[in-house]
Amino acid sequence: MNRKITPYVLVLPAWAWLALFFVVPIGGMLSLSLTTGNVVTGFQQTFEVGNYATAVGTYWEQILRSLFYGACATLVCIALGYPMAYWIAFRGGAYKSTYLLLVLLPFFVSFVLRTISWRFFLADNGVVLGTLKNIGLLPDGFAVLNSAPAVILGLAYNFLPFMVLPIYAVLERMDPHLVEAAHDLYSNRIQAFARVILPVSLPGVFAGVLMTFIPTSADYVNASVLGGTHNTMIGNVIQTQYLVNNNYPIAASITFVLMGLLLVGIFSYARALGTEKVMEVHA
Amino acid sequence: MSTLTQTPPDAPTGDRPPRRRRRVRVDWGRYHTWAVLAWLFAPILFMIAFSFNDPAGRHNITWQGFTLKWYQNAFAHSELNEAMFNSVSIALLTMVLAGGLGTLLGLALGRFSFRGKQLTNLVMFAAISAPEVVLGAALLSTFLMMNVTTGYWTTVIAHVMFCVSFVAITVRARVITLDPRLEEAARDLGAGPWDTFRLVTLPMLSPAIMAGGLLAFALSIDDYIITSFVSGDVTTFPLWIWGATRVGIPPQVNVMGTLLFAVGLLMAVINIVTARRRNAA
Repeated sequence: MNRKITPYVLVLPAWAWLALFFVVPIGGMLSLSLTTGNVVTGFQQTFEVGNYATAVGTYWEQILRSLFYGACATLVCIALGYPMAYWIAFRGGAYKSTYLLLVLLPFFVSFVLRTISWRFFLADNGVVLGTLKNIGLLPDGFAVLNSAPAVILGLAYNFLPFMVLPIYAVLERMDPHLVEAAHDLYSNRIQAFARVILPVSLPGVFAGVLMTFIPTSADYVNASVLGGTHNTMIGNVIQTQYLVNNNYPIAASITFVLMGLLLVGIFSYARALGTEKVMEVHA
Repeated sequence: MSTLTQTPPDAPTGDRPPRRRRRVRVDWGRYHTWAVLAWLFAPILFMIAFSFNDPAGRHNITWQGFTLKWYQNAFAHSELNEAMFNSVSIALLTMVLAGGLGTLLGLALGRFSFRGKQLTNLVMFAAISAPEVVLGAALLSTFLMMNVTTGYWTTVIAHVMFCVSFVAITVRARVITLDPRLEEAARDLGAGPWDTFRLVTLPMLSPAIMAGGLLAFALSIDDYIITSFVSGDVTTFPLWIWGATRVGIPPQVNVMGTLLFAVGLLMAVINIVTARRRNAA
C-alpha cells in the first residue's frame, strides 16, 4: 500500500465514527437548543436565542452548585490522593503495583451500584448510623444522607483514582537522584518537597484536576442517590428536562451552557500545558 | 538510596541532627494510604456481606441473618437477567468495534505523520474530556431530530463512540515504544509490508490491543449516564439497578455485584501472576 495514503485509510473508520456520533451530534444539539415548540406540536427551528437566557435564568443556582461541588470534590481528591500517590510511588517498594490495584479494585463494581451501596451503608437506620444510635452515640435524628457533604464525598469517592493515577505516574517516573541532589545542596525535607518534588508532580496534578473536576461537576448520579431533593446539580436538570419533561430546547441550551463553561476551562488548560502532554499523563 | 528521599513531606520535621542517620519515624503515609483504601472498600465489603443477608422487608440495609438463598436463586428475576445479558452483549460488541477502530487510529497516530493529525488529537481529547451527560444529551438530540428510535443499537453506537479514543491512546502509547529496527529486519529478510505487519508488528502490539479492548469492555459495562440517554426501552444492568432503587433492590443485585467483583479480582490476580512470571523469565 502506498505509504502516503496508509494513515488516512487507518484513520478513516474511527474518524467517521467520531464525526458522525460526536462532532455532528454537538451541532445537532446546538440546532435543537435554538428551536421552539413542544413534543405535541413538534419543534420548529426559530433560532430562539432566548432559550439560553431562560435556561441560565432558571437554573443558575444548579449551575453554581455544580461548579462548587465539583471544585470541593476535586480538592478532597487532591487532599486524599496526593499523599497516597506520593507514598505508593516513593515508599511502595515491591508492592507498588499491588497498591495501585487496590486503588482500582473497588471500581470493578459498577458506578451506580457503588453509589447506591453507600446510600444503604449510610442509611438513617442502617448498619452504621442505626448501630451508633442504638448504643446512644448519636442522637436519633442524625442523618448523613441528603446533604451537600454526602454528595461531595460521594463524588470524591467515585473519582479518586483519576487523581491518584496521574500523580502517581509522574512521581514514579521522577529521578530519585533529584531529591538526593536537593538534600546534598542542604535543603530540608519541606524545601525539597516544595522546590523539587512538587514542581515535577504538577503536570500530574493538572491532569488529575481535569479528570476529576469535569466529570464531578457534570455528574448527577451522586446528587440523585446521596443528595435527596435539595442538592440537585446541573446534570439532574439536564436529565430531567430531556428524559422526563421532554423540554428539549431548554435541555439542549443548558447542556450547551455547561459544555461551554467546561470547554473554556479545558482549552485554556490544554493550551497552557500542551494537549499531547495532558493526554500522555492521562493515558 | 538515602533515607531522606523516602520520607513523606508531611512527617514532623524538627531539628535535623548534623549527621544523617536512620531513626524510627511514624510512617504517616502508610496510615493515610490504608485509611483511604478502607474508605474505598467500605461500600464494596458492605455489598458483599449483604449478599448473604436475609432481609425482613424490601430494603436490604440491616443485618437479619445469614443465608445462601440469593446465590441459589441468583437468576430469579428475569428482567434483571435480561438487563445483565444486554450489558454483557453490548460490552462485547463495544470491545470488538472500539477495539478495531481504536487500534487502527492508534497505529496511525503512533506511526505516521499526516494532515489532520493535530485535529484528530483534539477531537479525541474532546471526546475523552467531555462530560458524559453532554455526550449523551448531544446524541439523544441528534437521534430525536433525525427521528431515530433509541434502543439497543443506538446504545452500541454511543459506547463505541466514547471508548474508541481510550483504545487509540493505549495502542498509540505502545506503537511509539516499538523498535523500528525489528520491522526493518523483517523487510530485509524479504517480508512484504503486509507480512511484516501481520507477523512482526501485530504480535508486538497485541498486549496493548488486549488492554484497550478490555478497557472498552469495562467502560461499556459500567456506563450509566450516556446509556440512560440513548437506550430507549432497553435496560442494562446499571439502568435496572437505578430503576429498582425506588421499590427496593433485591439481594440478587448484591450477588451479581459480588460475582462481577470476583471476576475482576480474578482477572487482576491472573494479570499480576503472569506479569511476575514474565519478569522472572
